[in-house]
Amino acid sequence: MTEADAGARPRPARVALFTSCMGDLAAGGPARATVEVLAAMGVAVELPRAQTCCGQPALNSGHPAEAGALLDRWLRIFAPYDAVVTPAGSCAAYLHHHLGRLRAPTPEQRALVEHTYEFSQFVMAYGTELRLRLSGSVTYHDSCHLARTLGERRTPRQLLGRIEGLTVREMAGCDTCCGFGGTFAAKFPDVSVAMADTKLRSAAAEGTDWLVSADPGCLLHLSGRARKAGPPVRTRHLAELVRDALVPSEVPA
Amino acid sequence: MTEHSCGGPTDGQRSTALAGRERIRPDRPEWAAGEIPAHRRPLPLITRDALTVRTARPTHDRLAALNEERHVGTWTPEVARLREQGAAIRRETLTDLEKYLQQLTGSVERNGAVVHRAGTPAEARAVIARIARENGVRLAVKSKSMATEEIHLNAHLNAEGVEVVETDLGEYIVQLADERPSHIVGPALHKSRQDVTDLFGQLAGAELSGEPEDLAAFARTRLRADFKAADLGISGVNFAAADTGTLAIVTNEGNADMVTSQPRVHVAVMTVEKVIPRFADLGVLVPLLCDAATKQRVSVYQTLVNGPRRAGESDGPEQLHLVILDNGRTKALGTPQEEVLACIRCGNCQISCPVYRTVGGGHPYSAVYGGPIGAVLSPLIGDPGTDSDLPFLSSLCGACYDACPVKIPIPDLLVNLRAQHESAPAAGAARAGWRAWGLAWRTGAGFRATLAAARLAGRLLPDRLLARLPGPGRGWAAGRALPPLREAGAFRRWFRRYDERRAATRKRDGRQG
Repeated sequence: MTEADAGARPRPARVALFTSCMGDLAAGGPARATVEVLAAMGVAVELPRAQTCCGQPALNSGHPAEAGALLDRWLRIFAPYDAVVTPAGSCAAYLHHHLGRLRAPTPEQRALVEHTYEFSQFVMAYGTELRLRLSGSVTYHDSCHLARTLGERRTPRQLLGRIEGLTVREMAGCDTCCGFGGTFAAKFPDVSVAMADTKLRSAAAEGTDWLVSADPGCLLHLSGRARKAGPPVRTRHLAELVRDALVPSEVPA
Repeated sequence: MTEHSCGGPTDGQRSTALAGRERIRPDRPEWAAGEIPAHRRPLPLITRDALTVRTARPTHDRLAALNEERHVGTWTPEVARLREQGAAIRRETLTDLEKYLQQLTGSVERNGAVVHRAGTPAEARAVIARIARENGVRLAVKSKSMATEEIHLNAHLNAEGVEVVETDLGEYIVQLADERPSHIVGPALHKSRQDVTDLFGQLAGAELSGEPEDLAAFARTRLRADFKAADLGISGVNFAAADTGTLAIVTNEGNADMVTSQPRVHVAVMTVEKVIPRFADLGVLVPLLCDAATKQRVSVYQTLVNGPRRAGESDGPEQLHLVILDNGRTKALGTPQEEVLACIRCGNCQISCPVYRTVGGGHPYSAVYGGPIGAVLSPLIGDPGTDSDLPFLSSLCGACYDACPVKIPIPDLLVNLRAQHESAPAAGAARAGWRAWGLAWRTGAGFRATLAAARLAGRLLPDRLLARLPGPGRGWAAGRALPPLREAGAFRRWFRRYDERRAATRKRDGRQG
């Protein structure tokens, strides 16, 4: 598909932001950046106040009943929207992969999840007219669930590639897990931190200004490690980088 | 079952390969090949200690390089086709495993061999010990077999007065070091060339050349003598064809050819899921296994065993026995966990796994099978409840699924097993905690209360104190700065103001328009 074709796709009318529990608790920056980038695309994103969590932490910790209840709730709250966008790659992947595993979804529920996008997917599909410019260099960390469950390795890189003046350098093991893994980070802190160090060393070896990723979980973990004792690497969510790269459209006076 | 140490030479020791073993000082008792205590230390502590072992970092780096070089997780179009076919073949038998095992038994018996079914490790050990006793066996040579690791056969035969020599080079190395294999296919992947040079040097009581050719020659010379002297050959089975009764063994060293042809008696040990429908399926499964295990188009040797020596043949054993072990596997049939039985033991998921690499290989998993496949297989086999915590030793990154040549959804199976673990009586407190969490987060008000509490804690309590409070925060804070909790809920507050501004602008624009 060419970019022109993608741009020609009718844009969903009502778009909701799925903040994710992590976005509400500790990673508000990427959520805010998502709203701002979507606004620049002309999308007035809505924020359903009743939203909480998709249930992923519960399922991955061995509590499918709790996860199922939260999933039902998520499906109800987002049902009125034509599309859902989230800056949390892992949550988007979770919804796509586990909807059919946890529940027997209705066609409407299936369609809702099919129209649930990770940030870069939505911007690449509907934001082709955005002008992006930012000088600097980044290395991209593939978050596991975005790369493996949703199969999105190219889309986030294509979005980075659209930022004029930005250099992207690939690090060794760019798609190796950073060691976050949800509750794994707290259950096996030593292994988790050792994995973060491997990732941070790879990123540091590239010497870029930022390590960029599309998952707030990975970034909380990596920045937390870098600040405490790790290699000095600065992290940035892809949505924040794109927001910083927005070029105001030249409006005739 | 305690005699697994590499004690001194016993009276009448016959093995050449093991001569001098008493000079070796094993340095990792926690990796010993014997049975692992059911009440071992918790995995977080074992894995924490594993990170400080001298070999952990070099092993990680070696495995990570291998993972990159082999592009583990990606498949050429040709192998991708084999992968689809292989995945289907491996599930064909699972629909009616007993039927295929019966067919296999008939075929193997027609070939002149004896079939023994064993439900438990103890039954399998007893059968093999009886065969050894009846044939006056004093020295046995073995080719690689994870099934015999699973039943701790070597220790048992040693206790019966039978010397057992591992003839796969990697297995020989870990046998000398008195360690269990750290990888399914590369048992000594955690050892560097220098480690092996030192180990063989201790065995020889002399300084040895560290050239790979010299080290291989050293092992070959010693092993060759044992191939000639052994009365019993013990092998594993990679695939057993139900239609022809052929036992296929894949190696790169040719040692399986020796083990299955030189001694008077050959005992092949397989677990139930190794049966395949047809001999012709080897055309798919062998190249698929080789690609996944070692990135070879095909291994150097494929040993096809079709019965004992027949009249007029110049070599081959007088007796062939096939031991088919269940050890809990058939319990998984008909459940979502049965997919683990499609495994062809390539070890690719282990190479692909960043947790496995980081902890320095399979030993810290404290089970016969480590890594992702071990974390789904180990809880299934053996005593109920054993290794039920292993599925948590994974970040669920999914690399293992991409690396699996038969497409076993390992992450999903891990999640299922976590749920099993959490439904046990011992997990009552965890269940109550998650239940409370679920109830709170099932309402908007409950969730907002969590945000408010987090914000308050972040504002009032210094990070030093927060890091010490019980709960997940403590694990997080070991080695990481805490996220800024005082900002909990900040996004919602920002959005409310933003939305008001946006609405005002819209209203103004509407009036102007």
